[in-house]
Parts: sequence; C-alpha cells; structure tokens
Amino acid sequence: MAAPSYGLIATFDTTPDLYHAAAKVRDAGYRNWDCITPFPVHGLDKAMGLPRSIVPRISLVGGIIGFCTGMSMIWWTGAVDYQLIVGGKPLFSPMFAFPVSYELTILFTAFATIGGMLFLNGLPMHYHPVLKYEHIRRGMDDQFFIVIETRDPRFNLANTKALLEKAGGKNISELEA
Amino acid sequence: MAHAHHADPATPAILQEVKPASLPRAILVANNRSFSWITEKICGIIEGKTPTWWWVCFVLACFVASFTVAGIAYLIATGVGVWGHANPVNWAWDIVNFVFWIGIGHAGTLISAILCLLRQKWRTSINRAAEAMTIFAVVCAAIFPVFHVGRVWYAWYLFPIPNSNAIWQNFRSPLEWDVFAVSTYGTVSVLFWYVGLLPDLAVLRDRFYSSGNKLRSALYGFFALGWRGSNRHWSNYEMAYLILAGISTPLVLSVHTIVSFDFAVSLLPGWHTTIFPPYFVAGAIFSGFGMVLTLMLPLRAVYKLEDLITQYHIDCMCKITLATGTIVGYAYAMEFFIAWYGANPYEGFAFINRAFGHYAWAYWIMISCNVITPQFFWFKAVRENTSFVWILSIFVNVGMWFERFVIIVTSLARDFLPSSWGYYSPSIVEIFTFFGTFGVFSVLFLLFIRFLPIMPMAELKAVTPQADVHGGGAHH
Repeated sequence: MAAPSYGLIATFDTTPDLYHAAAKVRDAGYRNWDCITPFPVHGLDKAMGLPRSIVPRISLVGGIIGFCTGMSMIWWTGAVDYQLIVGGKPLFSPMFAFPVSYELTILFTAFATIGGMLFLNGLPMHYHPVLKYEHIRRGMDDQFFIVIETRDPRFNLANTKALLEKAGGKNISELEA
Repeated sequence: MAHAHHADPATPAILQEVKPASLPRAILVANNRSFSWITEKICGIIEGKTPTWWWVCFVLACFVASFTVAGIAYLIATGVGVWGHANPVNWAWDIVNFVFWIGIGHAGTLISAILCLLRQKWRTSINRAAEAMTIFAVVCAAIFPVFHVGRVWYAWYLFPIPNSNAIWQNFRSPLEWDVFAVSTYGTVSVLFWYVGLLPDLAVLRDRFYSSGNKLRSALYGFFALGWRGSNRHWSNYEMAYLILAGISTPLVLSVHTIVSFDFAVSLLPGWHTTIFPPYFVAGAIFSGFGMVLTLMLPLRAVYKLEDLITQYHIDCMCKITLATGTIVGYAYAMEFFIAWYGANPYEGFAFINRAFGHYAWAYWIMISCNVITPQFFWFKAVRENTSFVWILSIFVNVGMWFERFVIIVTSLARDFLPSSWGYYSPSIVEIFTFFGTFGVFSVLFLLFIRFLPIMPMAELKAVTPQADVHGGGAHH
C-alpha cells in the first residue's frame, strides 16, 4: 500500500516561470500550497497572495517589554530595594536610566523578532515531507518548486496536476507524507 | 515598458521628448554566473580538502593566541598589578584595546544593518564575513574589561544578579551602561549572524546528505532548524531580517556613543567633550572598514572570489574609509579649535600636550595613519591596486589603535595637578595579552572560513539578474 500523499510537487527552472505559475495557482483559489525557492524571490509574496508578515507586531511588543523592564529594574533596584546615594544624585531619574533601557529595548526586540519569526514559521521542524523529496537539494540550490497539499479543499489529483502542467511545471510527482 | 512610449495627449510635446535617464546597474556578481555556480563556489570552500595554508595559519594563530592565554593566566594568578597601570594612569591599554576591538566590530554591523536599510546591495558578498568579524572582535574586546576588574571570578557583579551583599549596580555610571551596551551588542550580533546563516546551513545540510556525509549533514541540519526554502517562511524571514537591520542600526550607533560616554561624562580635560559620540562612531566605522579590507582582500585572492567581490565592492569600501577617515580628521581639528575657543586653560593644555608633549610620537602616528592614509583613496589607480589598498588598510588599523591610546593615556598622564603627573608604559604582560588577541581573532576567523559559508548564498543569488521575476534587468 502506498504511503499517504502529502501533495503534488512541480519543478520550475527559472524565476519568471515560478512567478507566473504561482499567480495561476493563486487565481485557481488554492490555500494550502507553497513555493520552495533557494532565495527570497522579490514579488513572489504578491504572486502567492500572501498577506504582510505580522512579525513587526511581535517585535513591537518585545521592544515595549524591554524598555519597561529597563526602567522598572533601575527604579526598583536603586530607589526601592537598596537606596544608596551616589554623588548626591537622585535615587531614580529616567535620564540616567535611559541608556540601559534603550539597550534592553533593542535586546528584547531582537529576541521577539527572531522568536516570533521562528514561531510563525513553525521552526524548528526537522521533519517535513518536502525535505524528503529526492530533488530537494536543487530547491536549495538553483531550482524552484510549487507544492500543493492534498488537504487543500480544492485539491483533486487530476485537476491539480493539470493546473501545474498548464502553469509550466515539470517533473510533477506526489510527495509522501 | 510599453506604456512609456505611448504619447499622452495631455502632456506637453516637450515632455514627450524627455526620456528618463537609464542608469546602468552596478554588476554585483560578475561574468553572469548561474545560481548553481554560486552554490558550488561557496560550498566548495567548506567541502574541499583543508588547504595547507589553512593549517599553517591556524597553527600560527594558535601560537599567537597562547600569548593571551598565558598573559591572562598570569594575571589571574598574580593580580591586576602585572599590568603597567599606576597613578595617575589607571586606565590604559586595557581600555584602549577594548575600544579598538569594539570599534573594529562596528563595520560588520554597519555593512549588515545600515547598508541593508539603505538598500546598498553590494553589501551582500561581504556581509557574512564582516558580521563574523564583528562577533570575534567583540570576543577580543570583552577580554580586557573583564580581566581588568582584577578578581575576574566576581565579574558577574557587573550584572544585576542578586548577591549576598544585597547591593545593586550603580546605574548612574556610564561604565554600567557600557556593560548593557556591549552585552546587547554581542548578543544581537550573534543572533543577526545566525538568522542570516539559516538558509545557507540548509544548503549544506542537503549537500552533505547527498554526498553521503551523514554526520556533517546532521550537524548543519540541526542548526538549520529544518529550513526548507518555503516562501511562506521567506516572507516572515525577510521581515524579521529587515527589523533586525532596523534595530541594529541604532544599536551600533548607541554602543560606540555609550563607549564614548565612558570618557565624555567624566570631567577630565581631553575627555569631557560633546563631540565624542559622533567622533567615536565615525572612527569605529573607519577602523572597521580598515579591518574588513585587511581580511577580505587576502580571502578574495586565495579563494578566487573576484566575481563576487568585484572592483566595485573594493571601490565602495575604499570610499567609505575615505569618508569616515575625513570625518575623523575633521573631529581632530574641531577638538583643537574648541579647546582654543572654549578658553579653558586645562583643556587647551591637554591638546597642546597631545601634539607636542611626551606622547607626541603617538599623536603624530595617529594623524599620519588616520588623516593622511585615507586620502590616497581619492585616486582610482590606488583603489584598483589591491596590494596597495591592503597596505593602507593596515595603516588604518594601526592609526585607530593609536587614536584610543592618545585620547586615553595622554589625558590621564597630564591632568589638573602637575604634582600628580606621570608617564605610562605598558608592562610585558600587557603587550603579550594584546598581541595574543590577534591570534584569538585569527583562530576564530579561520574556523569560520573553514566550516561556515563565507558569503550569504541566498542573498547573492537574489541580486543576480536571473533572480528577477520579470526576466532580468527590467524595472517594474
């Protein structure tokens, strides 16, 4: 018995081929599909109909938390927990707390950005049907793939295959789940 | 672009005659190389046999690094007095070397972050190595302040970690700001570098897998986190990369600003100046580009990377060195002018003393290396002579080390009261420790070029003409 199918994978040799094919798959109304490219292809998000990434919102939250952490840490340690007058200066002032809070804003933004990116992408995920594809090495090198998943409501082996063929896809084959 | 040729009846006749200038795009990957050529070229460096020169350099670098290890071991065993610090110069080579190495790191962040935001695509071929340089330079920099605390096993007191004395750090001190600035800088630089490496590690994972090297495939694969080149991933990845570039830009500027606060916030003549933050940042970028040239030019020659690091790249780097070197020269002049114009006798003396006092030799080395050397880069013939550019880059490195020496030591050695004046010379332990950091840096850099892709393959592919979805060259 054949292993359950994850989807269909089609190969494209050039960037324009992939770009036009992606637009056709998008217009055919598919949702659970993806392009595999060795580098970020400029304009492909639009051709796939992807919305703008929400990573910036996560970054913003990280930055705000970082700034508040800095300010409240300096206020609590210096003005609450152990008051120590140094050089007759105030126990707390946002002025001298600013450089450290500024650095923590950046640090927490970086954590949130990278953590958010990995979370949204579902990484790390060391196992994936696409990675089992025998020619995946070329997808990291110089070829482009379009993968349409069987779980897509519009997926139909014959029709989807015809669509990929019409869009110029070569070497169309099924991926094992 | 067919629509451009249609005559629009609403536009005056003359405008129909005007054609937009068509500027040739700089060629970033020469000789029209294919995607797979780029992959083969970069991965070939890692997959090939270890060259003999690599082993020679590695052994030599380990030997040099052992000087730092020995110097530090001796310091831990004996005490911080083995360095040449004594009243009035209680800050000397340690902080000079710290600022020197941190400054070198800044060009890496400039290339990876600021040039990314400015859409300077020529950065792609040099940014990976420059970021590695940043990280290794921060490692070398951190050695000095950490061991200058004397009892290094208490170095964790620098961080707000509850301790048995129940006391907290003094957040009014620029030195404490520096702890946060430098540790944030180190962390963000490593993360930025790693995020950039993700797609390239995936390339290596699949290549080692198909060539049968399962162990290396598993190792690269572990760190590649299962990257599969999905465009849904690229979409978030590109956004995250852009944000990291966006936050690294104020970060790099703030780090050297805060480093300069270590001096500028004090009351010492020669340190207490408002010009320090921009002047330090410009100097840091200047010295960093000097180091990028020092490292990349031999690498380009050894690995025959002329198609990826083209003359255009070298021109750009030389011009940035020229621009920042000239800013530094301007800052030297402006310091002198303000010292005179400010009419503070102590300030005036500090600057006259720099140029004509006991440390005048250091001052004039600094001026000749930092102000005169970069002026050669005005000439195209100089920029095209790779060996000469390399020699000039060494002068830049030397000059910037002396800049920190001049600022720090001359100001401390001659402060307000002549009764407390002194003359500082480094001890042999200090000299060894500093000398050894070049070995530490080289060891790390050699390991990097042997085991990791020295150029970002994905980014390089994205700037080739065939990456354009409209079939190359055409605007859209």
